[in-house]
Amino acid sequence: MEEKYIKHRYEPILPSKNEWPVVKLARERKDFIKQVSEKSQDRILSLINKNPELLKEELETTLYREKLRIKQNPWAVDPDDEQEFWGKVKSSLLQVNSDTKLGKNARLQAYQEILKKITTRYSEEIASNFKHQHYKFTRSVVTFGFSRLLNAARVKGFRSIFSNQFTLQDKIQITGETDQLRDLATKGTVVMVPTHFSNLDSILIGWIISVLGLPPFIYGAGLNLFNISIFAYFMNALGAYKVDRRKKNLMYLETLKTYSKEAIQFGCHSLFFPGGTRSRSGMIESKLKLGLLSTAIEAQRNNFQDEQNEISGKIFIVPVTINYHFVLEAPSLIRDHLSITGQERYYKENDEFSTSYKISKFLFKFFTKGSDISVSVGRAMDVLGNYVDQDGKSLDKHGRIIDTRDYFMSNGKITVDQQREEEYTHMLGRRIVEEFHKINRVFSSHLVAFTAFELIQAKNQKLDLFDLIRLPEEEIFLPFEEFKSACQVVYDRILALRAEGQIKIAPHMKRSMDEIITHGLDNVGMYHAKRPLLRNQSGDIVTEDMSLLYFYHNRLHGYGLEKLF
Amino acid sequence: MASKNFSKTKQIGVVGIGSFGATIANMLAEKNQVIVYARKSEVVDEINSRHQAQGRNLNPMIKATDEPGEICEACEVLFFMVPSSGFQEVARKFAPFLHPYHLVIHGTKGLCLNLPPGQTLDTVKKLRRSQLLTMSEVIQQETVAVRVGCLAGPNLSTELSQGQPAATVVASKFNEVILEGQRLLRSDRFQVYGNSDIIGVELSGVLKNIIAIAAGALAGLGLGENAKGLLISRGMVEMVHLSNALGGSVKSVIGLAGIGDLVATCNSENSRNFTVGYRLAKGETLEQIQADMEEVAEGINTVKIIKAFLETADLRAPITENLYRVLFEDLEIEEALQFLMKYPFNVDVNFV
Repeated sequence: MEEKYIKHRYEPILPSKNEWPVVKLARERKDFIKQVSEKSQDRILSLINKNPELLKEELETTLYREKLRIKQNPWAVDPDDEQEFWGKVKSSLLQVNSDTKLGKNARLQAYQEILKKITTRYSEEIASNFKHQHYKFTRSVVTFGFSRLLNAARVKGFRSIFSNQFTLQDKIQITGETDQLRDLATKGTVVMVPTHFSNLDSILIGWIISVLGLPPFIYGAGLNLFNISIFAYFMNALGAYKVDRRKKNLMYLETLKTYSKEAIQFGCHSLFFPGGTRSRSGMIESKLKLGLLSTAIEAQRNNFQDEQNEISGKIFIVPVTINYHFVLEAPSLIRDHLSITGQERYYKENDEFSTSYKISKFLFKFFTKGSDISVSVGRAMDVLGNYVDQDGKSLDKHGRIIDTRDYFMSNGKITVDQQREEEYTHMLGRRIVEEFHKINRVFSSHLVAFTAFELIQAKNQKLDLFDLIRLPEEEIFLPFEEFKSACQVVYDRILALRAEGQIKIAPHMKRSMDEIITHGLDNVGMYHAKRPLLRNQSGDIVTEDMSLLYFYHNRLHGYGLEKLF
Repeated sequence: MASKNFSKTKQIGVVGIGSFGATIANMLAEKNQVIVYARKSEVVDEINSRHQAQGRNLNPMIKATDEPGEICEACEVLFFMVPSSGFQEVARKFAPFLHPYHLVIHGTKGLCLNLPPGQTLDTVKKLRRSQLLTMSEVIQQETVAVRVGCLAGPNLSTELSQGQPAATVVASKFNEVILEGQRLLRSDRFQVYGNSDIIGVELSGVLKNIIAIAAGALAGLGLGENAKGLLISRGMVEMVHLSNALGGSVKSVIGLAGIGDLVATCNSENSRNFTVGYRLAKGETLEQIQADMEEVAEGINTVKIIKAFLETADLRAPITENLYRVLFEDLEIEEALQFLMKYPFNVDVNFV
């Protein structure tokens, strides 16, 4: 039943940690890095057709950009020997360039040596540093710490600190196809693709994976997060590998993709945030970053090429949505979004997650005051977006079993066709977005924020979005009755969509409209200094921050609900 | 059961054996073994015994079957050459036998509807983009075939079957489909271009039929080349805007499948759509014309669908709108022409 929340902790599917793919990977870390480095070299060489001149060009570009980055954008997490390393690359490049006696092949050889050094360094840098002890420790800190806090706050009295009345699972509700996920994780390789609204997501997902009894997943986390020591510790413990968004050179990107692909082929369950970064606008991601997604398709094709046609060689894509009443970073996210879309005049950098102190403060608030989170796990799909059955077999729309291998066949054998796989990646991306919308759970706060913003917009039709957001908040108010009936209209449409399987709703949405509205108003962006939506003393609906209201409203974007206004 | 002795070598399938289907089957048979699917067993027998399909001569090497499973089993590449009115049904019939390795290329210049069961165009009246489908969208909706392409361009069957020089566009998002289409069809009399904007190419072929009916009407009224030049150029502008609103790119309309096909169809009495317009202008009614036409003129249905789409789109398409009134609301052609002449177009080209 979809409405039943999972309240118990599952047995681990692989009881012995030695069987965990991520532990195996950590054990073989050295060989694995070597393999990634070699495969990346092959990829780069084939991309440039083994042309020494092109390789030289790429090497020089990479060198130039890296030197620039070191100078202009250094981070705390950067290793100390960076200067030295790139200095060496520079001198070896100069040496080869000036050696006129080298023939074409010898020259290629020499450049390849340099390439090897770079890809090896990058692979080392990217590779995760999973340590089981740390993982165990982190997991217990998260669960123990959080549930203590929770109980201390909710159950009054001296003993409360030891009470077990509330567990974390009262707070974070997990719904959806969890059994299928657990089952498939024992049989094949899972790639989980969640929506991304908050920096907390990765820790949250890490915790959920462990509640579901799954071995840790590896995932790419922005290197910037490793600047903050508390995050660095958590991330490493959860099996994160590092993605440095400053490095956009071909060699880095190819190494990164190879790492992801090889890890999937190794059998490591992976986690991609397919939006690439937190959703700035608050909308469900509609354009996905396809780079990492393409590695899942490539890994699948490689498995087929290696004749791994059984379920053990199959890769499953599992979409997940995370639903909040409240996103801590909302003010800065929406400010980013508005300034990127171009028109807001001021722009202030302000990252709420910049210090460990602020994070702890938020966590305390979160767990003491209570704002529910729900995580819905979607149906597993193959890498082309077909649903799979309990045996992991792909099904077409009519429920017929089909062979994923056939997608990579032409003339009766598996062929490598980059352009084809690019197109498949687009198709998979579209399917994931579709599933996100289907498994998205509407909260009361989404409903009230959406309705209020649309009503305000309808009253000010002549204003464009940016003027609308600059309206003086004091002048905006909505009579309660009007607001309520509009909520009802949106609500009815949501129910109709739900009947078609296009969306899901949280259980608290089954109360009366007055209760839903109260619940929504109480919860929408509840910890912001300026509340996006309130009821004032005369009973009207008012806002203290239009851009925040816009952010929370966006959650219901993409369902055509705007047309109701 | 049709003949079972298909050989193991790679064969090419052609589904539907109307005039265009027969022409393509013959062209394919020059270089490949071809199997044809026909719904009626009489037609299958006719092909297998007399090498003719409804009177049209076929290459004697072409075999026929009425079993979708058989043709899907024997071929990796299938050409769907069925009219849009039967396309969804054929796609559904083939769905259980198609696999993701199949390449499907279609040559149908029409649109289908995507409505909930029980609904028809007459009950909904208005159409959103999601409620109408190009043929490649039908294939992807109904079957697991993803490597889908389409054929479009100035390809009047009569001229092709006489071996006159011509060219076509194979459009697909997949390069391999384009390459395969070129490999199979290209000959010294037939040039094959590639285009990755499949929706734009399909729409070009679909929308040009509307203008072809109008061109027939002008010819039927006895008007000359000035009027035709006017119609073709304004017609193209209308096609560009409609195609854009439906998800195609401007470029494809200017290409072979758009302007190329438009010029060919607007000058040809061999074109069914042209004939519809021509006979209308000569005073016949739509029922009379449809009653004695051997194959459907896709344009009639297209006008209806596009008219319903215009109800929801923020767009004017004067030629289509007036043609609709002529076809279905008994507006006199002369009046429609008057209306168009007074219509306040004032910019020549407003899309580039």
